Amino acid sequence: MQQIIDRRLSGGNKSIGNRERFLRRHKDVIREAVKRAIDSRSIRDIERGEDIRVPRKDIVEPVFGHGSGGVREIVHPGNQDFVRGDRIARPKGGGQGQGNGQASNQGEGDDDFIFHLTKEEFMEVFFDDLALPNLTQNELADVPEYKTHRAGLTTDGTQNNLHVLRSMRGAMGRRIALGAASHRELEALQRELDELERTGALATAPERRLALEEKMMELRARIGRIPYLDPFDLRFRNRVRIPVPTSKAVMFCVMDVSGSMDESRKDLAKRFFILLYLFLTRHYEKIDIVFIRHHTQAEEVDEETFFRSTETGGTVVSSALTLMNEIARERYPTSEWNIYGAQASDGDNWYQDSGICRAILADKILPLCRYFAYVQVAEPEQNLWSEYASLAAEAKAFAMRKVTDITQIYPVFRELFKKEGVSP
Amino acid sequence: MSGSTDERPPNALPVRDGVRAPREVPDDPLPCPARATEALPAPSDWTFELIQRYHEVIRATAGRFGLDTYANQLEIISAEQMMDAYASSGMPVNYRHWSFGKEFIATEKNYRRGQMGLAYEIVINSDPCVSYLMEENSMAMQALVIAHAAYGHNSFFKGNYLFRMWTDASSIIDYLVYAKNYVSECEQRHGLEEVEAVLDSCHALMNHGVDRYRRPSKLSLAQELARREDRETHAQAQVNDLWRTLPKKTRSADEAAEEASAVRFPEEPQENLLYFIEKKAPLLEPWQREIVRIVRKVAQYFYPQRQTQVMNEGWATFWHHHLLNTMYDDGFLTEGLMIECLKSHTNVVYQPPVGQRGYGGFNPYALGFAMFTDLKRICEAPTEEDRQWFPDIAGAKWLPTLHHAMQNFKDESFIGQYLSPRLMREFRMFSIVDDQKESDLFVSAIHDESGYRRVREALSRQYDLTSREPNIQVWSVNLRGDRSLTLRHIQHDDRPLDGNAQEVLRHVARLWGFGVHLESVNGAGAITKRWSVSAPDV
Repeated sequence: MQQIIDRRLSGGNKSIGNRERFLRRHKDVIREAVKRAIDSRSIRDIERGEDIRVPRKDIVEPVFGHGSGGVREIVHPGNQDFVRGDRIARPKGGGQGQGNGQASNQGEGDDDFIFHLTKEEFMEVFFDDLALPNLTQNELADVPEYKTHRAGLTTDGTQNNLHVLRSMRGAMGRRIALGAASHRELEALQRELDELERTGALATAPERRLALEEKMMELRARIGRIPYLDPFDLRFRNRVRIPVPTSKAVMFCVMDVSGSMDESRKDLAKRFFILLYLFLTRHYEKIDIVFIRHHTQAEEVDEETFFRSTETGGTVVSSALTLMNEIARERYPTSEWNIYGAQASDGDNWYQDSGICRAILADKILPLCRYFAYVQVAEPEQNLWSEYASLAAEAKAFAMRKVTDITQIYPVFRELFKKEGVSP
Repeated sequence: MSGSTDERPPNALPVRDGVRAPREVPDDPLPCPARATEALPAPSDWTFELIQRYHEVIRATAGRFGLDTYANQLEIISAEQMMDAYASSGMPVNYRHWSFGKEFIATEKNYRRGQMGLAYEIVINSDPCVSYLMEENSMAMQALVIAHAAYGHNSFFKGNYLFRMWTDASSIIDYLVYAKNYVSECEQRHGLEEVEAVLDSCHALMNHGVDRYRRPSKLSLAQELARREDRETHAQAQVNDLWRTLPKKTRSADEAAEEASAVRFPEEPQENLLYFIEKKAPLLEPWQREIVRIVRKVAQYFYPQRQTQVMNEGWATFWHHHLLNTMYDDGFLTEGLMIECLKSHTNVVYQPPVGQRGYGGFNPYALGFAMFTDLKRICEAPTEEDRQWFPDIAGAKWLPTLHHAMQNFKDESFIGQYLSPRLMREFRMFSIVDDQKESDLFVSAIHDESGYRRVREALSRQYDLTSREPNIQVWSVNLRGDRSLTLRHIQHDDRPLDGNAQEVLRHVARLWGFGVHLESVNGAGAITKRWSVSAPDV
């Protein structure tokens, strides 16, 4: 009986390589489309796919084919009322569709070829040239976490790692190898002795028996001198430490909720936070978000309260930074967590506080952070801006930008996190 | 029964080297050994066990009609895998290229929108012959597909002369695996872009990469591999021959011109553009030559399929129809299952008339099925007209007649030989001449006494690949000057090339490495149009 094979579980998605090649070929069109989509979409539903239109002429694979013209005779089915010799006005568009399947491929030159970019592919393009600064160092250079792995056997090690079985096996092998010649000789002598005994030759020459036995004893002694276990035989389990890149990140969202932060400014700030969050999801398996809002005092809140509630009153930015520092030291040790800070504010601050902010950032927060980004959602440059600006000049992991309009967010974001060597 | 099964009829082919001799086609269908006492269960959901049972009955029934097939391998696959297979031209494995990705996207889109049913079948001309059954199919559809693909197409692959001559079913999968690995190796070594460029150019010439008359020798995969390296070094040496004709000493211009016209290269026009490029293109790297060769081989493999669409589908459709009906008559199938099969069958063989929405020329299933059915009718119940038109088959045994037709024809000759006046009337065929010089189209013949022959000839020509595709040949290479290659398009019925010619020529130039010219020559031998592409930048 011939067999029936169930292939359903094996090798789905075989075309993925072909699809990748197709996408690669139309990278420019896709990038343009993604950019347009991001401009028009609200960031909240940024993570979905997008239809891409590729001009049909760009995907045609040209082959030699017949154009219209010349003489053609074509047979059709379904004659209604024609008789031989009838004349028919030529339909517009140069002749009727051919039945050979080529017409449908190349007939309509104007139609675009439309296909759907999946969510993953969309986000891939979205984040294409973006990469977090210092990311590579983080993964490889100053990694604080290690895991130990077994890695074969060594001849040297501590007693607790002694591999008894392998050591004994090695010892036995060595004993067999070293004793082989003696054993062989011993056997030969024994045979000779047996032979002599059997033939009775020993009775006439007992001195031969003595000579043989003496030789045999010597051999046995030699075999006995082979050490049972030599230090040379010892094998130890080998363990190596392998650095493990941390895959956890925490993102601190710090926002001013004082009276001067109106809804539109909060909206700007929110989009920036969401973008940063999306971006971090590309690089880390687990991401915590800590929301810290502040006016004259700072508090940690949940997301809903963070964006919704309004407060009134003055502004003391350093309160939030102090809280962030406390939370980070308490809950997010840098040995396990990559810490990112994002602060949004309209730039208003109690004027004596800005210098303190600068000091807290420079001395306490920046040493902990992979990156700290400050976004000012209003135009006027006040003393907080100038204090931060002087800090930005010297600190590498710190960036600041101004955003006053929704359309600026993405470019600013790209600029903040651009890959080195890739123009924004 | 007389004699044992070991005795062979005197005219049977001997079994040689383990090659199975073709199965004898009986004059009449063998009788059913035993009518079914009870019909096979027909739930709408299939199970492996049921497919097995149906398959056994279908196999036994096919055997009674002498259908000779490669061993069958049935594979259950998902819709997505079906689309995968569609996209890589029906093969289970193929090298990677963006065009297959494009095909997949288009297929998927149509399928999701419900514009296209996938259900029917994909069957691979390989030994064993692989038929795909989609998991979404109902039991009735699985039975239909098994009869259609595993016995219809399969026996066609094994029996038809074009397939016997041009394709090697036992080695195709191996070859494609080799091709896939080789191409991906090249991608790693030379970069995706480089490889893609070569493949693009080859695909543009794929239809012109087949030998139409010469039979290729069969090679096993191992031999292929072993010979590749020899070939690479040898080919490079051959190419160098091209340049050896450079003049050794200075001569007068007259002399040189005289000799240039005397020594033509190639000596005769060549129709296999890819073969010519593979062997003679001066600047190709060995790996590029190998890729040209791979595309050429694949094109050659599909060449018979392109020439036997109507016959192949017609034969398979005829047999699923006939096998299922026979099984129903013998009591194996329930009425419900039979009705589902017939409904599906009816959809497949629907031929929309000209002018109706969705009309796209002849439906090969409809035409092919009608012709084989008609052929059977001519054998069994010929009319006076049939006796006149088909004196040698009217009243003959139908089974050997159909097998003979399946084995020895391609679409063009099959229609030219067997399209009957009755069928032309049933299809209400008529032929229209579209002459550019005239302002109107003109009905040259219809399904009447004076038109039968003309309609039949016209339809037969329509399926002739050599007239459907432009006839383009390698005409000459300028050995003395700029090494440019000249192709010649020999116009058939004054039909011009379409707008893609320039683009294709650019692909030719990329492979050739120097300038390329193309000239269209009409029936009178005059050049009607020229295209030129200069040497590509290196």
